[in-house]
Amino acid sequence: MTELESPDVKVPELRIPEMALVVLVGVSGSGKSYFARRHFAPTQVVSSDHCRGVVSDDENDQSATADAFDLLHYIVRKRLRRGLLTVVDATNVQPRSREQFVRIAKEHDVLAVAIVLDVPESVAMERNAARTDRDLPGHVVPRQRRELRRGLRGLHREFKRAYVLRDEEIDRAVITYERPWSDRRHLTGPFDLIGDVHGCRAELEDLLTELGYAIERDPLGRPVGAAHPGGRTAVFLGDLVDRGPDTPGVLRLVMGMVAAGAALCVPGNHENKLVRALKGRRVTVGHGLAESLEQLGNEPEEFREAALAFMDGLVSHLVLDAGRLVVAHAGLKEAYHGRASGRVRSFALYGETTGETDEYGLPVRYPWANDYRGDAVVVYGHTPVPEPEWVNNTLCVDTGCVFGGRLTALRYPEKSLVSVPAHEVWYEPVRPLAAEAAAAPGSHRESGVLRVTDVREAVETRLMGRVNVRDENVWPALEVMSRFGVDPRWLVYLPPTMAPAPTSALDGYLEHPAEAFAAYRRQGVARVVCEEKHMGSRAVVVVARDERVAADRFGADDGTTGAVYTRTGRAFFPDPATTEEFLARVRAAAGGLFTDLETGWLVLDCELMPWSAKAVELLRTQYAATGAAARAALPMAAGVLDRAAARGLGVAALRDRVVRRSANAELFRDAYARYCWPTEGLKGLRLAPFQVLAGEGRSYAERDHLWHLEVAGRLAAADEELFAPTRSHVLDLNGDESAAVAWWTELTAAGGEGMVVKPLPPDGGGAGPAPAGPDGERRLVQPGLKCRGREYLRIIYGPDYTEPEHLERLRQRSLGRKRSLAMREYALGLEALDRLAAGEPLWRVHQAVFGVLALESEPVDPRL
Amino acid sequence: MLLTITTTVRPATDLGYLLVKHPDRVQTFAQSFGTAHVFYPDASPGRCTAALLLDVDPIKLAKARKTPDLSLGQYVNDRPYAASSLLASAMASVFRTAMRGASRDRAELAATPIPLEITLPALPCRGGPEAARRLFEPLGWRVTARPVPLDPEFPQWGDSRYVTLTIEGELKLSDALNQVYVLLPVLDDSKHYWIAPDEVDKLIRAGEGWLAAHPERGRITRRYLANRRGLVRTALARLAEADDRPDDALDRDPIDEEPVASDPTAAEPGDAEAGTEAAAPPVPLAERRIQTVLDVLRAEEARRVIDLGCGSGRLLSRLLQDPYFRFVAGADVSPRAMMIAQRRLRADRLPQAQEERLSLFTAALTYADDRFHGYDAAVLMEVIEHVDVPRLPAVERVVFGDARPRVVVVTTPNAEHNVRYEGLTGFRHPDHRFEWTRAEFHAWAGRVAGAYGYQVRYVPVGDDDTEVGPPTQMGVFTR
Repeated sequence: MTELESPDVKVPELRIPEMALVVLVGVSGSGKSYFARRHFAPTQVVSSDHCRGVVSDDENDQSATADAFDLLHYIVRKRLRRGLLTVVDATNVQPRSREQFVRIAKEHDVLAVAIVLDVPESVAMERNAARTDRDLPGHVVPRQRRELRRGLRGLHREFKRAYVLRDEEIDRAVITYERPWSDRRHLTGPFDLIGDVHGCRAELEDLLTELGYAIERDPLGRPVGAAHPGGRTAVFLGDLVDRGPDTPGVLRLVMGMVAAGAALCVPGNHENKLVRALKGRRVTVGHGLAESLEQLGNEPEEFREAALAFMDGLVSHLVLDAGRLVVAHAGLKEAYHGRASGRVRSFALYGETTGETDEYGLPVRYPWANDYRGDAVVVYGHTPVPEPEWVNNTLCVDTGCVFGGRLTALRYPEKSLVSVPAHEVWYEPVRPLAAEAAAAPGSHRESGVLRVTDVREAVETRLMGRVNVRDENVWPALEVMSRFGVDPRWLVYLPPTMAPAPTSALDGYLEHPAEAFAAYRRQGVARVVCEEKHMGSRAVVVVARDERVAADRFGADDGTTGAVYTRTGRAFFPDPATTEEFLARVRAAAGGLFTDLETGWLVLDCELMPWSAKAVELLRTQYAATGAAARAALPMAAGVLDRAAARGLGVAALRDRVVRRSANAELFRDAYARYCWPTEGLKGLRLAPFQVLAGEGRSYAERDHLWHLEVAGRLAAADEELFAPTRSHVLDLNGDESAAVAWWTELTAAGGEGMVVKPLPPDGGGAGPAPAGPDGERRLVQPGLKCRGREYLRIIYGPDYTEPEHLERLRQRSLGRKRSLAMREYALGLEALDRLAAGEPLWRVHQAVFGVLALESEPVDPRL
Repeated sequence: MLLTITTTVRPATDLGYLLVKHPDRVQTFAQSFGTAHVFYPDASPGRCTAALLLDVDPIKLAKARKTPDLSLGQYVNDRPYAASSLLASAMASVFRTAMRGASRDRAELAATPIPLEITLPALPCRGGPEAARRLFEPLGWRVTARPVPLDPEFPQWGDSRYVTLTIEGELKLSDALNQVYVLLPVLDDSKHYWIAPDEVDKLIRAGEGWLAAHPERGRITRRYLANRRGLVRTALARLAEADDRPDDALDRDPIDEEPVASDPTAAEPGDAEAGTEAAAPPVPLAERRIQTVLDVLRAEEARRVIDLGCGSGRLLSRLLQDPYFRFVAGADVSPRAMMIAQRRLRADRLPQAQEERLSLFTAALTYADDRFHGYDAAVLMEVIEHVDVPRLPAVERVVFGDARPRVVVVTTPNAEHNVRYEGLTGFRHPDHRFEWTRAEFHAWAGRVAGAYGYQVRYVPVGDDDTEVGPPTQMGVFTR
């Protein structure tokens, strides 16, 4: 497509791809900037004069030219990487300077288009003379013009597309934009994406029939088309030809469907080679090409020509469904989506190789799907796999029909797989088809390769939009995750922190239920549930129904069937055997839940007791140690003061204080001791689940808490030894709250940690902790507020916190940051579960989970 | 928080003159972290006891610290009860004159050894009663040290780190006070809250006349001064706490530690003080390991080298010293280790030519990272044993699958050799997740090499013991 002409038409039409680099060429004073202003948006134009000004404060400072162009190239590269049309406003009269832009365009797989403004020298000189901001030496324009003229003839060798405008054409020119051939975003399907057919016409008929297409036949009974009554479109992923028994039959059928608008088709490497062979180019005939040529040789000449035209006209990849779906024979990395260049085409047809060969002498393919991070689903064929498996939003549906495997289609957007078996082994594969253990079709065999860039970005959440994770919080989280975290495939969620109720002003209390209720009432919540807060260690339990589910859904290849981990993602039990033993108990108790929720796996949010089971080191070094020191020191101090008092010294106040502190220290000891009891293996452990977080296809995190409690109750009933029930109390916030306060008082007086107050939908209403405000806008309401017991808080605020002078100071605590943190972590937690339930790639789930851990290292008062 | 000093010198009430605190008065002294009270529970001519009662205000204490400390331990701790460095600090301010040995009214008595009994009811004492005896007995004290149980109702938790200490002896009061002043923080092994600078001067002053002759003077000096350094708490402390762990549980000493070898020729000497100027001291194992790595890299003609898990940068500094290596990079997941490496390499003030040869960055080996690409060789020296076995495949994919340098050098302890280490039980380092025998290492290395298209050969590091092999094993992967 070379156009080097001065269009004689009245209105010269400049055709420019939507994604392109436009290089303006013309001497100083030729009107490039004016032209650019007229035809393009200011942000699309990158001007060398402007860049010179930016780096030197003087647009005419020629000594700044090198730096100015560095900057200009940088801007151009950034824009092209982001797929933006970019216009270079510089003289570009020398081939040398134009060449750089052609190279940059190529780097980014976009077309470079030259537009030359060829004005007479006199006009340019006149314009320059009229400019007050520029004083150009007289020899400059003639020199530039000489250079321009000299290069003009070779321009078509530099640019695939170039326009030369003269005189009044410059003012009359109009620009029309071309959509890239690959851009079929307006087609929304639904689609049936069909893998490599390789001349297996009978199997293709089987598959189309299975998919619900009605096959049309010519008088000879040969299939010449197929249509779906539901208006579905078939998409052929290339390699229709070669190796199999009836390449012409397949072509006839597909060509008919494409011509009728019932199908789309991208070429495969085999079509590419066949085209070259049919065009009479020299190719090595092998890999089944011989069969095709022979079969086509038996067809009439016009069919051969039609087939050649069809195959030759195929576009190497297609972007469909508003950019949500990309198809190419060998797949396509994200940077190439929608771009056009030789190497994009080559990638789409052949894929990339690492330059190495495997044990069968076949080239080792670069595993681009492992690194794929795009939002668009990429469906492709090319590499026969025993079963199609999702890897980072990509799926290969070539199941080796011609090698005796199956012919497979992916229904989109349903993402369900349909396949039919091969009638026979039509062609012996070089490499055995089932070289690796087959997984279930459609399962997620995650690459397990997470990239550090996956966790360094802000996370988009449904609840709160972008949640930023600061670098200084990323690094500590990275260390904890990599040194102590369980396998990310199991680490599908981390629990968010929770804010306490606003501070109470009641005598002797720092936290009291009244404040929690008032806080929710203020936000328009009508009903809440008070849940007993267990005091142990937070535990997330991920449990698969069996090893098969663990392998297919989570990619667990080490026989693990789930995980039990802490708030920071550490394995709860040091040895895998105990974990599995524990999971077996949970699995047994959950029994019917798998069926009821139609899932093969569950994620449970729990508290695992006793506290001492995991926190024994903390207890020893901090809590018990503090108690021991107090017990050793305070009574002796009291004794010394007694003796001093007996001598008549004025130590009464000091003595009282020491005695009171001694009593507080005892209460402190009692407070932590309640949460300690001996355990051995699983014996003595109690698990209190309070939320079913997610199962296949569904996150339950926002479901009514009463439902969660009911499920928890079922688990507790199924295994009373392991599971601890969670007591609760429902309160209508418009009614009398004294019973709820009494419930809390009783709970905490008996040694309970306290309670968590969670919003409920209005009686009989749907789910959701965020009711609409008066303005109808969804406001963010804390998902829960904790209200801790008076005695329990001694563990947090110290033995003497109840002393009036301490309480007074502690009431100054500020909760803003904690609330904000709780909300952001909650949003990330929900996001992780949404992504998990939706079957999104591991890196997407991990990104949100990692975010929670990173936020946990933000500096917030740990006592809250 | 309580210290009592009793004397039976006659008249015992002269203690008041020595301490410059009247036995019939209760005196109060404001401290930056609370209040000190001095009073006398007993004051008869035959026996006089002075009590220093320190009322620590934990909230005030927290605020007095310069670095923001966001761990709970700051609020719930033993400081209000235990005889910590805070008590030592209070002694220095309340008994300043007595500690100088000066007395306006009883100058002679101040210079005379008198019968003394000092009691500390809750003394944090690393090493238990034995440690207290070892430090006080050489100074002429009779020591009674009773361990305090952590919690009488949980006997399985054992004893706390506190002892109730009483020392009796005949010493000058100033010596006694100075000794207690210095030895409190030495015995206490936890965080310290020193407020005053010039600790070296203070130690020399307080140690005058007794410290130089103390058999444990090395240990005393080291711990006294080392502990003075305020702990730099990082965000890591918070994460440990979120996980119900003590806040220093995440600390891992940069990898260089080795246990003491029973055979001095087999490995490095463990204690620098042990065999000082013996003839031809053995080359430390860490050094031999570095040397072997350097030799291998040269043999493989690897000029661009990345040290994955570089720790405190010992190998990096050697790579940098050798111009053979054109470009050197170091990555570690621990920001603390990276800080030490930065310091070791003086990374912020290298000459430009050197700076251009070096790149240091934080990274985790379980995450693929483009910054690992483009090197001839990657070194994982004593790194894999810090990775949980189930996470090793991720590291393999990142290093061998994604970064794919031409050469990968992996070193790890040889578990078989552990029997050669005196008194070693368990692993060589508390953070080791495993230690492999040669067969286990070879099995792993062979599998990895096969899966990712490398060849592997094995190189012993340290003396290759005929029976149990070398202390360190090395795999050199090439492709």
